[in-house]
Amino acid sequence: MHCKQRDLTHNSLIKLLPFIGMLASLIFASFLSYASVLPEDRSDVMYHAYEGDGVSIDGPSILLRKQIGNHVSVSANYYADTVSGASIDVRATASEYQEERKETTIGTDFLHEKSLLSLSYTNSTENDFVANSVYVGLSQSFFGDLTTLTMSYSKGWDEVMKRGDESFFEEADRQKFGIGVSQIMSKSLIVGFNAEHVSDEGYLNNPYRSIRYRDADSDRGFSFTTELYPNTRSSTAYSINANYYLPYRAALYADARMYSDSWGIEARNGRIGYLQPYKNFLLDVFVRYYSQEGADFYRDLFDRPNQFNFMARDKEMSTYNGLTAGVSLSYEWKFSETATIKKSSFHVEVDYMKFDYDNFRDVTADAPIGEEPLFGFNASALKIYASIWY
Amino acid sequence: MNRKTYTKIGLILAAFTLGGCNSTISETGDSIANFKLEPWVKPYERSNLADPIMSMGRNPVALAFAKHVAESREGARGADGGAGGGCGCN
Repeated sequence: MHCKQRDLTHNSLIKLLPFIGMLASLIFASFLSYASVLPEDRSDVMYHAYEGDGVSIDGPSILLRKQIGNHVSVSANYYADTVSGASIDVRATASEYQEERKETTIGTDFLHEKSLLSLSYTNSTENDFVANSVYVGLSQSFFGDLTTLTMSYSKGWDEVMKRGDESFFEEADRQKFGIGVSQIMSKSLIVGFNAEHVSDEGYLNNPYRSIRYRDADSDRGFSFTTELYPNTRSSTAYSINANYYLPYRAALYADARMYSDSWGIEARNGRIGYLQPYKNFLLDVFVRYYSQEGADFYRDLFDRPNQFNFMARDKEMSTYNGLTAGVSLSYEWKFSETATIKKSSFHVEVDYMKFDYDNFRDVTADAPIGEEPLFGFNASALKIYASIWY
Repeated sequence: MNRKTYTKIGLILAAFTLGGCNSTISETGDSIANFKLEPWVKPYERSNLADPIMSMGRNPVALAFAKHVAESREGARGADGGAGGGCGCN
């Protein structure tokens, strides 16, 4: 059970690593969307839930933003989730687990004429993992406010521990460099371009994840041992996006991204969505497609435990594709501009996801070694939240 | 980032900044020195762009969670926030 817990814990840890600093980046990205103005004073309270592949994740998220004078805005975000169950990675080698993660972000924005400087600090804590990161973003609008240029840098420090092994302590440093530009192309069209380079150094391995290798001494013909990752990783991603206002007050939006990294992962994804207001309601539907080629050192089945210097069987390192479809509906109340609360809204969104793997097999199936059925799973995500503007 | 990456970014940014400008380059003479580049969407023409439905970051908490769900199940990372939309007109 302990082993299962460990595997589950770090399983989620690795999944959550990209989120370290992400929350800050994303929340502040929305700030940057409105260069030359401070973000709106608002508060959001959200309940989120995810179900899929035997795993349940749910929890709250709270965001508070408030301006101080005309040039400064401060914000705070609290996010928590509780993970329970066991994904296929865990079911193959261990049992169910439960754990909690808490993340706190504090940030501030400084406005000077057409420049917006954003700073934030994020702490994320799990039982066996601590991450701290800082973020700085600079946004500048020019050319009659038709063009907005953004640059960002974030640095993260991770501490990786391992339950059941008090002597285990590893560290990793992460850096992100981002640049983006948004451009008003016409009275109804905005397009954007983003590029981001991420570099990691340190212990990037997952101490709980395992590779599968042939083992004649095992009843099933295979055994598991710890994965081995390189201690550096660098990636570059480019994306474009567009929002188009339709004549009858509706909007189309789309984005696309290309990604590659030093581990050999090549990925691309695209999304298209449609927004339709009706009186105080707003309907939002979208479809998103993702596909990737796996890491160079990924294999579903190795010949022996020390076959290569680097070995992975994490399904997020494999070759696969995923399709997501989402629908959301919100209702908005508007109050007097002189009232304490000027506007509020209630929002419900459901996303449905489907993933199909090309070289990751379901080893829990009863089949000859290496001939198990390819894995795939469905999942759903729910977001319910209320917002107020003041 | 290596030089190749910087070059790519530079080229794309240049294309972006200059793209769509043709209609606004007012030619006052034969010399290219006389070209005048002006903002082609005036502030009073941005009511559509200022509509909240044109804002990609209108729900920051939900956006962060959606990105989290995507990134935790995908190998790719980065370039999914950044500049976004917005017209600097509210």
